[in-house]
Amino acid sequence: MTLVDVRDLVKHYAGERRWFGLGRPQAPVRAVDGVSFTIASGRTLGLVGESGSGKTTVGRTMLRLQEPTSGKMLFDGNDVFALDVTRLRALRRRMQIVFQDPYSSLNPRMTVDDTLREPLEIHGLNGTVTALLDEVGLDAAFAKRYPHELSGGQRQRVGIARALSVEPQFIVCDEPVSALDVSVQAQVLNLLADLQAKRRLTYLFIAHDLAVVRHIADDVAVMYLGKLVERAPAGEIYAQPRHPYTRALLSAVPEPNPHTTKRRIVLPGDIPSPAHPPPGCPFHPRCPHPKKSQRCRTEPPPLRPITPGHDAACHFAEEPM
Amino acid sequence: MTLGTWLALFVALVVTAEIVRVLRHRAMRHERWRRFFRHRTTTWGLGILTFLVIVALAAPLVAPYDPDKQLDIVHLKNHPPSWTFLLGTDVLSRDVWSRTVYGARVSLGIGALGALVAVALGTLVGAVAGYYQRWIDAVLMRGVDVGLALPRIFILLMAVALWDGLPFAALIIVIGLTSWFGTSRLVRAEVLSLRQRDFVVAARALGAGSGRVIFRHVLPNAAAPIIVSAALGVGNVLLLEASLSFLGIGVKPPEPTWGNMIADNAPSIYTAPWSTLFPGLAISLVVLSLNAVADGVRDALDPRAEAA
Ligand SMILES: Nc1ncnc2c1ncn2[C@@H]1O[C@H](COP(=O)(O)OP(=O)(O)OP(=O)(O)O)[C@@H](O)[C@H]1O
Ligand SMILES: [Mg+2]
Repeated sequence: MTLVDVRDLVKHYAGERRWFGLGRPQAPVRAVDGVSFTIASGRTLGLVGESGSGKTTVGRTMLRLQEPTSGKMLFDGNDVFALDVTRLRALRRRMQIVFQDPYSSLNPRMTVDDTLREPLEIHGLNGTVTALLDEVGLDAAFAKRYPHELSGGQRQRVGIARALSVEPQFIVCDEPVSALDVSVQAQVLNLLADLQAKRRLTYLFIAHDLAVVRHIADDVAVMYLGKLVERAPAGEIYAQPRHPYTRALLSAVPEPNPHTTKRRIVLPGDIPSPAHPPPGCPFHPRCPHPKKSQRCRTEPPPLRPITPGHDAACHFAEEPM
Repeated sequence: MTLGTWLALFVALVVTAEIVRVLRHRAMRHERWRRFFRHRTTTWGLGILTFLVIVALAAPLVAPYDPDKQLDIVHLKNHPPSWTFLLGTDVLSRDVWSRTVYGARVSLGIGALGALVAVALGTLVGAVAGYYQRWIDAVLMRGVDVGLALPRIFILLMAVALWDGLPFAALIIVIGLTSWFGTSRLVRAEVLSLRQRDFVVAARALGAGSGRVIFRHVLPNAAAPIIVSAALGVGNVLLLEASLSFLGIGVKPPEPTWGNMIADNAPSIYTAPWSTLFPGLAISLVVLSLNAVADGVRDALDPRAEAA
């Protein structure tokens, strides 16, 4: 059953006006430019893309922590962008977020106890701080500590406990391990996987490379410059990537088997500014595809089914690379 | 000065020392208050302020003379400090020490209450503007621009014209209402950056209302600049009261305030410096002590500060 249904989500940040607000506004930043996907209840969608591709913006706009420019987000049938304040607040309990940076995601003036007690208080729930800490693998003694007395991994566990406190169904995990030490990353990933199984959670799992997502995602969506360029079940995307960008990302993932040799695709240049996306296919200036043609420079490729359940936005998705 | 006043002063000193000692002792049990006493200067600042408040409260015991009484306008005018007149007498032969002691009542009252009104208002306006942004921000901040651009004396003169001799409460309100613009800008800038922080976004995601977000998450993290501006604000209010007295629109004479003592005796500043020097010193002492205490409060509110 579909729990989360995002349709044609658009978020543009208005361009700055020069000359003390009197000049012509700069071009708007097209952080998210028409993104659609669905997540079935209890499943995980991995959202992958380079820094600046708009992943965080997708996650925050979905939860209406930022107002969207246009588009729709249905959560269990509720039109999130159309809800009034009271109903939105009731729905907030069911959708939560875990942040990328464990150093700015906890209020430095509140103890762990204050932080975890607050949501229970807001919604009048009768959970306990000790139970929450236990669930994320922290001793009850941590309740008295302030964030600056915790390690990055411990903070991230507190952040997860805070999200769990309101008993949500859906959690946006915004690069929850990318700021952590490698040794801690696996522990936190395992914790998230265990919690998902235990609480039947649905995840949008954001990451900037395909390696992290491999173990946790059922489906994967690849994002580039505010648009989805590929969307498929995880097994498919690792076995047979269709978009040249996905292929490049995948070539950077270390192979578990050292005997298979793999050609590493290095993309030229940097991701362009989302205020001035290239015309045609947004990826064409960096695209290594041998079939790249004039068409790529002028005609934006739509996200279209290549095989059943596997979509890609490339004019030459069927061609080998 | 009689033996009685010396005795009263001595008692005030002992009581101050005892209060500070007990507070320090109690504080050691709590992490937060231990941080308050981290710097020695905070203890001194607290001691000086406590002493001034006690002296102000016990003014009738500590002041040897009626502060408004002209003792002998012919022979005791501008008498230099002596054992009889500890801080000398002023141009109207009034005892400067007695006037300074009674002046503390009005000045400390106006300083504390005026700054409180100003900081509360500035914090509220700044927080609302910075948090809600959009048109609310635009309207409030243009209002602040106007407030900063209008000469304050002009507003005060208008208020005086309306009220015809300002009663104490009106004076505080007028001072408070014209002193919050700077604070509001400061707080707004702080709130603008804090509202982007993840823990604020998290609070909203958990369903916290804007009141809770502002008062529990945003403002506590903006405490440092607010406290500093409050401490400086008291000093500003004391000086403002002095300049109002200069214009003859402050507290009505002969009631003494540190401000009008300076104003009244300014003409004789070369011949009898003591009658302006001591109220001036009192103002400086308050400002310095408040800054020291503000440092302590800042540390107390910040769990990242190391306790002593
Ligand atoms: N408040 C904002 N105002 C203007 N532009 C913004 C704002 N927030 C994000 N952007 C821009 O939107 C684009 C997408 O940002 P976003 O944070 O969603 O990317 P991301 O994929 O999460 O990147 P990262 O991997 O670095 O977290 C970037 O170009 C960014 O500069
Ligand atoms: Mg991000």
